[in-house]
Amino acid sequence: MIGGLFIYNHKGEVLISRVYRDDIGGPLNGVMILLDAFRVNVIHARQQVRSPVTNIARTSFLHVKRSNIWLAAATKQNVNATMVFEFLYKMCDVMAAYFGKISEENVKNNFVLIYELLDEILDFGYPQNSETGALKTFITQQGIKSQTKEEQSQITSQVTGQIGWRREGIKYRRNELFLDVLESVNLLMSPQGQVLSAHVSGRVVMKSYLSGMPECKFGMNDKIVIDKQGKGGGSEDVAKSGKQSIAIDDCTFHQCVRLSKFDTERSISFIPPDGDYELMRYRTTKDIILPFRVIPLVREVGRTRLEVKVVIKSNFKSSLLAQKIEVRIPTPLTTSGVQLICMKGKAKYKASENAIVWKVKRMAGMKESQISAEIELLPTNDKKKWARPPISMNFEVPFAPSGLKVRYLKVFEPKLNYSDHDVIKWVRYIGRSGIYETRC
Amino acid sequence: MTDSKYFTTNKKGEIFELKAELNNEKKEKRKEAVKKVIAAMTVGKDVSSLFPDVVNCMQTDNLELKKLVYLYLMNYAKSQPDMAIMAVNSFVKDCEDPNPLIRALAVRTMGCIRVDKITEYLCEPLRKCLKDEDPYVRKTAAVCVAKLHDINAQMVEDQGFLDSLRDLIADSNPMVVANAVAALSEISESHPNSNLLDLNPQNINKLLTALNECTEWGQIFILDCLSNYNPKDEREAQSICERVTPRLSHANSAVVLSAVKVLMKFLELLPKDSDYYNTLLKKLSPPLVTLLSGEPEVQYVALRNINLIVQKRPEILKQEIKVFFVKYNDPIYVKLEKLDIMIRLASQANIAQVLAELKEYATEVDVDFVRKAVRAIGRCAIKVEQSAERCVSTLLDLIQTKVNYVVQEAIVVIRDIFRKYPNKYESIIATLCENLDSLDEPDARAAMIWIVGEYAERIDNADELLESFLEGFHDESTQVQLTLLTAIVKLFLKKPSETQELVQQVLSLATQDSDNPDLRDRGYIYWRLLSTDPVTAKEVVLSEKPLISEETDLIEPTLLDELICHIGSLASVYHKPPSAFVEGSHGVHRKHLPVQHSRSFEWAASLLLVSGPAAAMDQPHVIPSQGDLLGDLLNLDLGPPVNVPQISSMQMGAVDLLGGGLDSLVSLNTHILLLMKAKGLEISGTFSRRQGHMYMDMTFTNKALQHMTDFAVQFNKNSFGMIPTSPLPVHTPLMPSQTIEVSLPINTIGPVMKMDPLNNLQVAVKNNIDVFYFSVLIPLNIFFVEDGKMERQVFLATWKDIPNENELQYQIKECHLNADTVSGKLQGNNIFTIAKRNVEGQDMLYQSLKLTNGIWILAELRIQPGNPNYTLSLKCRAPEVSQYVYQTYDSVLKT
Repeated sequence: MIGGLFIYNHKGEVLISRVYRDDIGGPLNGVMILLDAFRVNVIHARQQVRSPVTNIARTSFLHVKRSNIWLAAATKQNVNATMVFEFLYKMCDVMAAYFGKISEENVKNNFVLIYELLDEILDFGYPQNSETGALKTFITQQGIKSQTKEEQSQITSQVTGQIGWRREGIKYRRNELFLDVLESVNLLMSPQGQVLSAHVSGRVVMKSYLSGMPECKFGMNDKIVIDKQGKGGGSEDVAKSGKQSIAIDDCTFHQCVRLSKFDTERSISFIPPDGDYELMRYRTTKDIILPFRVIPLVREVGRTRLEVKVVIKSNFKSSLLAQKIEVRIPTPLTTSGVQLICMKGKAKYKASENAIVWKVKRMAGMKESQISAEIELLPTNDKKKWARPPISMNFEVPFAPSGLKVRYLKVFEPKLNYSDHDVIKWVRYIGRSGIYETRC
Repeated sequence: MTDSKYFTTNKKGEIFELKAELNNEKKEKRKEAVKKVIAAMTVGKDVSSLFPDVVNCMQTDNLELKKLVYLYLMNYAKSQPDMAIMAVNSFVKDCEDPNPLIRALAVRTMGCIRVDKITEYLCEPLRKCLKDEDPYVRKTAAVCVAKLHDINAQMVEDQGFLDSLRDLIADSNPMVVANAVAALSEISESHPNSNLLDLNPQNINKLLTALNECTEWGQIFILDCLSNYNPKDEREAQSICERVTPRLSHANSAVVLSAVKVLMKFLELLPKDSDYYNTLLKKLSPPLVTLLSGEPEVQYVALRNINLIVQKRPEILKQEIKVFFVKYNDPIYVKLEKLDIMIRLASQANIAQVLAELKEYATEVDVDFVRKAVRAIGRCAIKVEQSAERCVSTLLDLIQTKVNYVVQEAIVVIRDIFRKYPNKYESIIATLCENLDSLDEPDARAAMIWIVGEYAERIDNADELLESFLEGFHDESTQVQLTLLTAIVKLFLKKPSETQELVQQVLSLATQDSDNPDLRDRGYIYWRLLSTDPVTAKEVVLSEKPLISEETDLIEPTLLDELICHIGSLASVYHKPPSAFVEGSHGVHRKHLPVQHSRSFEWAASLLLVSGPAAAMDQPHVIPSQGDLLGDLLNLDLGPPVNVPQISSMQMGAVDLLGGGLDSLVSLNTHILLLMKAKGLEISGTFSRRQGHMYMDMTFTNKALQHMTDFAVQFNKNSFGMIPTSPLPVHTPLMPSQTIEVSLPINTIGPVMKMDPLNNLQVAVKNNIDVFYFSVLIPLNIFFVEDGKMERQVFLATWKDIPNENELQYQIKECHLNADTVSGKLQGNNIFTIAKRNVEGQDMLYQSLKLTNGIWILAELRIQPGNPNYTLSLKCRAPEVSQYVYQTYDSVLKT
């Protein structure tokens, strides 16, 4: 199991050091040597990090980096490496939930809190309940005042209980639900316009403000479910929307979802955490709507000039608007000057990023626009050819590129007197570009 | 309030000041002081001298302060054991506190204070806490048992804590169960043979129930524990799998991978043809792909594991190659791993796409990645024959880029392509030669030299090229020196007239001016070979080389199986068994994949069929009475009986010195027999004798739809004591419709049992599908030893000595050879002609041979001109072999 957990700043100075097991170095001195070893071999290493797992001095370090902060777990045993990384991510989430951005300043400002959290969520290197909702009930930095016995046992039963993510007795005057379908569409396209790979990774993110212990049921146009129902004879759904159902390659759920029920009936039922959480993630690869098509044309004119023309075409209903469109066209390192003409939006050559960045605020569906660039190059005798990195694109569209539709989200709370109809529900679809690249 | 100010106190006399503050009257001041102490401790300052002052602050009802003091205690108690005792009272008191959070905090901290004296006091509170009414305290106490065990294992056993821990597996609270499982699993690792966890079906059921209810981390502990369980039959395995599969949809990737581990292990127990088996395989693929959309670190761990899974069960991900295409922004460690998996999944169906990708990667920036991509193109050529041509042209394109390391890497892989497809792509040699000057890495130089030497006859200026390398001979690496030596010798043998000087030069450089023994030895061998017998030298040096195999870099199967048991863990990331990087007793215990028990009956049954009518199917009790025979064959553990170093064909290729060249003696009558054909496995083969060693040369063909692995072979006791001297050299899985040839070395030092017929051999071959039995008649000539030539005098004396009734006469019919050809042919099989006489126009050949077990056989062969029927008289002290010797004569002469 995890032998010790350390937080470093970008200079390699230790901000937090918590040792759980003697084997990673014994008393103090050994640990200091280990801490140095990691700094020298990983943080200060000249080269790019070649692996998130490093074995130094017969000790394995598993690390992640958040902005300038390094989190490293050290162990001498054959730990479950996936679990350690998941734990480090979780640790970041918990810290962010307590004090916002993970920065050197914030870590230093909250070091007592961090030690307290580390004491609670990792015992002898074994991760324990790390749901922020539960933790916030008793790790408050205010000291445990005079909790009544009932309050105390409520805390402990929540921390250890089956529904560790929600406490009892939550009350809202207005029962409200916000559901966001957030998708990022990923594409790798060949210069000839052939789709090399494309997939959507989506998330269903919820904010729920519901009283009591509500039982929720979420339904979407999952092909497997629709087909099953379709046998019953309901063809209305088909008539309503052109693309009635989508094939989901795989999905994963927040721990509140009853997985065995999903496995047998493919229904998604759960008691939601209070506030923000991510209900599910999913992935689709079939029938993806690619919101934009990028058509590159690169011509090398002699050894010192490059002509680039890029056309983008929007490919969705003309009544919808895409936003925050950004096309990034990489330029060679030897670029000395760039001249740009674009039909729409603004374009700039950013020398520090070796790229032309073309920004368009809005663009409706079924339109096209283009940019032309003339790039002057410095003459070099470097034999190595320019690698031509792919042209990448960013955008945001108000629909789900996978075609996912929320069919229902039902709320039942038998003990309190509100019904499904009384809950105000908001649904929103946002499609963003993930890694959306076209080779040129 | 911010705490960062505590990090900045850097004055001298800091300790002294802190001491004063710690003893301040005001509570707030004391708390501030303790915070400063902790901050100092974090940055590595020694604040142990403040121990008594900090401990004094422990008696407080402020929980935050208490936690800080505890943190300090955990760090320094070991260096101040006597003072640590001061804290004991406070701990014991806290364990009785009405607030469960405080009780748990006390027991949690006490376990972390690794001072013997304290652990004595810990026992009573811990016992109480294990039975506490509050689950939060119980779950903390469960972990505390593991802590205590780490400090004093004996005490934990004596105090009966292990039993209490086992009771907690039945606890009503899922988190208590999960922590108890984690603690027990850890403790049992240091007692590999004790059945601490007591995994019986009831307990498994409890774990599976808790699995649905506990936290994500608890689910991981339980799944990791379940993977150590061996279900008693396939029904149980299936029912556990059914309850584990829902975990594949969990958001936590560690839960997913641990579930994959359980399923991969239990798949071994499920019948391959069942519907459930195939459904399960299908279910495994999407979650593995999903892991690749996670954070890069998890992607990396997932990819390392997928690498193992693809080797073990290629069918799971064979359709998914696209997800392993490299993205421009992937971290380098993800890119390199993806590339590895792409090569493993490359097949005829997807090769076009794969090649297009690889070509793209070869123009990237990272040198390691580019090199690996180039290497991958070469591997594709070798793996998918249809693509070889395209790969070669892609490699040529890359060579044209003149990027130095790309060129070098390409040349290394082209050498391998030449080895795989000889006489196909030599037209590109000219292009390669153009780049000779830019090669500065030993691998690339050696590869180029090898190519020049191997194809010297087609390269007009081969001598010049090789000569150019010779100038700096002593500055080259050994690898290059050895290759250069061989290449020049090859050149000489091919074009002796113009290169005499060159070969002299290299031989003297290698033998006289070098202090590398390998180089000198090889130099001398060539020198003598060339000076004594150039014809033989040609046969040796220019012999045909074995082809290189398709799959490289495969993990050795037993290690692979072990690593499959460690999916998700560091072992699976390092691709090393835990014993390679874990110190002490933990993890030394090796894990194995479960074995299908129910199959053993079928083996027995099929064996009964082979072993004759005596054993009837409905009498299972005859198994023991069959005694040795069954015992031997069923004992298919099949470890390597004798250590004979196996030289893989790859290594042979690199050296190519004696590889096959001296084999010219062999030429046995090799009529290939179909040995066995069942369940999609076809084995054909023959026996041979090469350089005094016996081999069973077999061809395995997989005609089934699934891949075959885990091959092993065993012989039953036989008349000549034949046993295999090494395990069956089938290391890679045998893919559907793939054929491989193996050569199994054999020895005659095994147990002897007279068979009928004498040369009958019963063989069992095992693979992942079944055990197959067949029997084969061994051609007796493989037992004829090389020193079977008798002295004339001895021959005469022995002939007289053996009684006449032992003389047997046979007719060899329809043979049209003259006496010299006959004796030549027989000599090739170690039947030696001692004398030849011409008596009344008849040729009389007197011959002798010796068997491996020391039996001499003397022969007189009478050949009459014009009569195709020869008369063979055999004399031997053990006349029962004569008949088989006759058969050998007959077959040798007629092939």
